[in-house]
Amino acid sequence: MADWEPIAELAAQVRSGKAKAADLVEKSLAEVASLEEYKAIIATTADRARARAKQIDAQVANGEDPGRLAGVPFVAKDNFLVFGADTTAASNILKGFDAPYQSTVIEKLEAEGAICVAKANLDAFAHGASTENSDFFTTLNPHDKTRVPGGSSGGSAASVALGIAPFALGTDTGGSTRQPGSFVGIVGYKPTYGLMSRSGIVAMASSLDTVGTFARDIDDAAVVIDVMAGQDELDSTTIDRDAAGYADVHGDLKGKKIGIIKEYMGEGLADDVRVQIEQAIAKMREAGAEVSEVSLPSVSLALAVYYILCPAEVSSNLSRFDGQRYGYTYADAANLDESYTKSREIGFGKEAKRRIMIGTYVLSSGYYDAYYKKAQTVRTKLIQEAAAAFKPVDILVGPAAPPTAFKIGENANNPLAMYLADVMTVAINLIGVPAVSIPCGASSKNGLPVGLQLIAPQRNDRALLELAKATEEIL
Amino acid sequence: MTKLTRDDVLRLAQLARISLNDDETTEFTDELSAILQYVEQLSGVDVSGLKPTNQVTGLTNVMRIDEVKDYGYAPSDLLKSVPKTEANQLKVKRMIG
Repeated sequence: MADWEPIAELAAQVRSGKAKAADLVEKSLAEVASLEEYKAIIATTADRARARAKQIDAQVANGEDPGRLAGVPFVAKDNFLVFGADTTAASNILKGFDAPYQSTVIEKLEAEGAICVAKANLDAFAHGASTENSDFFTTLNPHDKTRVPGGSSGGSAASVALGIAPFALGTDTGGSTRQPGSFVGIVGYKPTYGLMSRSGIVAMASSLDTVGTFARDIDDAAVVIDVMAGQDELDSTTIDRDAAGYADVHGDLKGKKIGIIKEYMGEGLADDVRVQIEQAIAKMREAGAEVSEVSLPSVSLALAVYYILCPAEVSSNLSRFDGQRYGYTYADAANLDESYTKSREIGFGKEAKRRIMIGTYVLSSGYYDAYYKKAQTVRTKLIQEAAAAFKPVDILVGPAAPPTAFKIGENANNPLAMYLADVMTVAINLIGVPAVSIPCGASSKNGLPVGLQLIAPQRNDRALLELAKATEEIL
Repeated sequence: MTKLTRDDVLRLAQLARISLNDDETTEFTDELSAILQYVEQLSGVDVSGLKPTNQVTGLTNVMRIDEVKDYGYAPSDLLKSVPKTEANQLKVKRMIG
């Protein structure tokens, strides 16, 4: 497994000519090849990555500045539109889709000299919590090959944990960055809804989708977040960046008010996870934080709200995959309707179909008020309760997931059990606030990583990174 | 408690433009019923006086000038992954008999 210098250091070495972007790209590609057994990667963008590295090294030789991320390799979840390899979202229906343009965040990273080297595996269309719903293969957990790396951004999380690249991009719609981050023992960051553009990312549930960042520590995550954050005319939901930016964060826990989410520490939390979370909170207290308990009384309803709103939005977003515009098309259709229905039958995996069907049901005439509108209204209740919980504290804390990484196949035949893997994370997406999972030791039962989730009010991403950094230092 | 029938599932599949085989229909009939029963726990929740949330960050009416911008892509670039095209347009099966 490769070791990488901190991202700022790597880029500084490339900018000064001390290191070559070409060597960093080769190092990363060599790791992809030697770690193939973990099945973290769907495809590399090797040719384009090598060409970009050459360009960056030439810029340096000419005295030009290639940017803050000069030559730093990264891995993108395969639902980001990236040049140099197909964008499949790990689905059969998008196999062979050669993106005509790139995601805004990929363009921003490239403008600062970062180089995408590979596309990572995911649950197809990001529907899942383990990568087992990938239409291609399941990614293995770097700590234990019999277990999942979490999901849906499991390939991205595993890539960083395996040292394939110093950072990776994921998406987080219901926990898809925080939960895999916790399952493989790295930082998984979900921003305030709208802080980063989703233009050029295969849409899942548009009122919840955010861009996730994986890195080994907060400093590395912060520099990447700083490059990606901000308004984009191609995504009308984007919000302004913090004037102070998001990089170079320093924090102190002294006098900070931390609220433990009472409901997340109750029934359903595995004992070995609880021990680690309680130890982490005790250390925060020792470092001078004032810790109290707060309540989100309706948070147990969040999963039900999510599994109405998410499938509803999925069924709408996936209607564009009709066999006519991109990817797979059923060749022998007798008419247009059969071309739609057969292309979708063959092209979509089971979970995509399941969510499209649920979404179609809850949006159908006669059921809309009882399901969709009711869920949107309970969402308001959750938002109000969160506002009250945040009032007396600076951040909320809790686990990122109820157990450590589960066994491959353990939840595969029970969709509801799989949905419960998101129980500590979905509420955060529903209320639109930023949250991060940081490693807090290993389970005494199985040695697997545990993640501590820190949650801040909307648009307080910088403050969250500062406190996460301070917490990381004492854990 | 919602319990879907096979006919309900087939009707949903038709609305969603997905054909299902027999095994999938059986499987979905049970699974979708279980999922709907789970989410129906919301039916008893008191939400009086609350409005539905459609947007979480409080943005309203994000406007821009309605003008054509050149992003540097030729129509042929944008159509390169379309299964069938003719004269820079998507070609589909005949819709009306």
